[in-house]
Amino acid sequence: MEPKPRLLTLLDIVTVLMLIIATAMVFFYAPMEAVMGNVQRVFYFHVAAGWVGMLGFLVAAVAGVIYLITSGQKWDRVGLAAVEIGMVFALINVVTGSIWARPIWNTWWTWDPRLTTATIMLLIYAAYLLLRQGLDDPDRRARFGAVYAIVGFLSVPLTFFSARLFRTIHPVVVGTNQPGATGAFDMTPIMLQTFLFSLLTFTFIFIDLLWHRVRLGKLADQVEQMKLKATI
Amino acid sequence: MTEDVSQPLVATPKPAAGFLRAMLAVVWKDMAAELRSRELLSAMLVFALLVILIFNFALELDTKTRSTVTAGVLWVTFAFAGTLGLNRSMAMEKDRGCLDGLLLAPVDRSAIYFGKAIGNLIFMLIVEIIVLPVYSVLYNTNLFNPGLLLVILLGSIGYVAVGTLLSSMAVQTRTRDVLLPILLFPVVIPVFIAAVKASSGFLQGIEMAEIQPWLTLLVVYDVIFTAVAFMVFDYVVEE
Repeated sequence: MEPKPRLLTLLDIVTVLMLIIATAMVFFYAPMEAVMGNVQRVFYFHVAAGWVGMLGFLVAAVAGVIYLITSGQKWDRVGLAAVEIGMVFALINVVTGSIWARPIWNTWWTWDPRLTTATIMLLIYAAYLLLRQGLDDPDRRARFGAVYAIVGFLSVPLTFFSARLFRTIHPVVVGTNQPGATGAFDMTPIMLQTFLFSLLTFTFIFIDLLWHRVRLGKLADQVEQMKLKATI
Repeated sequence: MTEDVSQPLVATPKPAAGFLRAMLAVVWKDMAAELRSRELLSAMLVFALLVILIFNFALELDTKTRSTVTAGVLWVTFAFAGTLGLNRSMAMEKDRGCLDGLLLAPVDRSAIYFGKAIGNLIFMLIVEIIVLPVYSVLYNTNLFNPGLLLVILLGSIGYVAVGTLLSSMAVQTRTRDVLLPILLFPVVIPVFIAAVKASSGFLQGIEMAEIQPWLTLLVVYDVIFTAVAFMVFDYVVEE
């Protein structure tokens, strides 16, 4: 059994430090937003989590393509890891978004294209995991997972596009002072710095978790093989 | 020199004809089986009518609501009946190893995919063609609008293109009975949105310029997902 790579340990430390710095920046460095007040601070991690959710989906689809071409077990593990991490972060994104929306939009939820797309993305992730759960043969599980990751990823932009078209033709105003799609506040340079640093931090978290999860998957496979040997 | 090069080019139509023949053979096989058993179409039809009946009570389809929700009711009905058909059509293949027999045939795998997809599309269109007049009679509205028929064709193509691929995955799992809608619905949401909006646009006589983007979206979806399913189907049926 191989020891934990030194670089991974280093990445762990860097990621934790960055998360601490990012949290400190969000609370103490970034200024309070004039209209929305303190609740706007959720924005930094909200968008960063959404970014990681999308990144997870992208990585899973790319890993799926590579798996179908090379059929290397490694890529199946990468795909599964990316989906699991992406799902968690997409959920964080939706929950923090709701927390932000309650005081600002005066509702927990609106059927805005972004919100709709994020939810459908979560459902595709859930379907992906259910599909894998229903398959025992590891090779078939990997192949089906790869195919579904590709099909699901391709449908997301179309879903977003159709949801947005749905709104432009039928503008439904939910009786709120809805800020524009990206939030109706102008970022000061300090806010922008905090925001970009949060994005970077979450990207590091993603890479770190992905590495851990892939490694865990590999070890689990090794244990499985040892068990098989032991029974024979 | 040039004549030698052109020689193999002339010979290419032959495999294309073979592909077409294999595809039509799969379609014909499904039609013949259905003609004898009639189990798939009858189940889809009865189910579709039941869904409309349930909607009648769930939504209180009076004249006023009807004009706005008809498109939605129709597409939900088609989607549910479609899942039933897709599941059955693939389970039939899996049942007694028919799929293995099909895969043993020395033809391109994508011919099998297109054959199954066209068979499913025909079943779905038959159900739709029967549901439309029944709905028209029951609710005293005229649904025979060429625009609506076009939307139904485009929407069904997109639905079946993805559905055939995903149902051939779903039947190979342990949870085959429940998995297909869970896999299929989140992926075909663009088709639903576009088909419902375009259908209701045609039914309410909205001008063409506003319906156009939805039709474009349907065509784009059909093209993308038929191409993707065509490319990855090999991996789904591989043993």
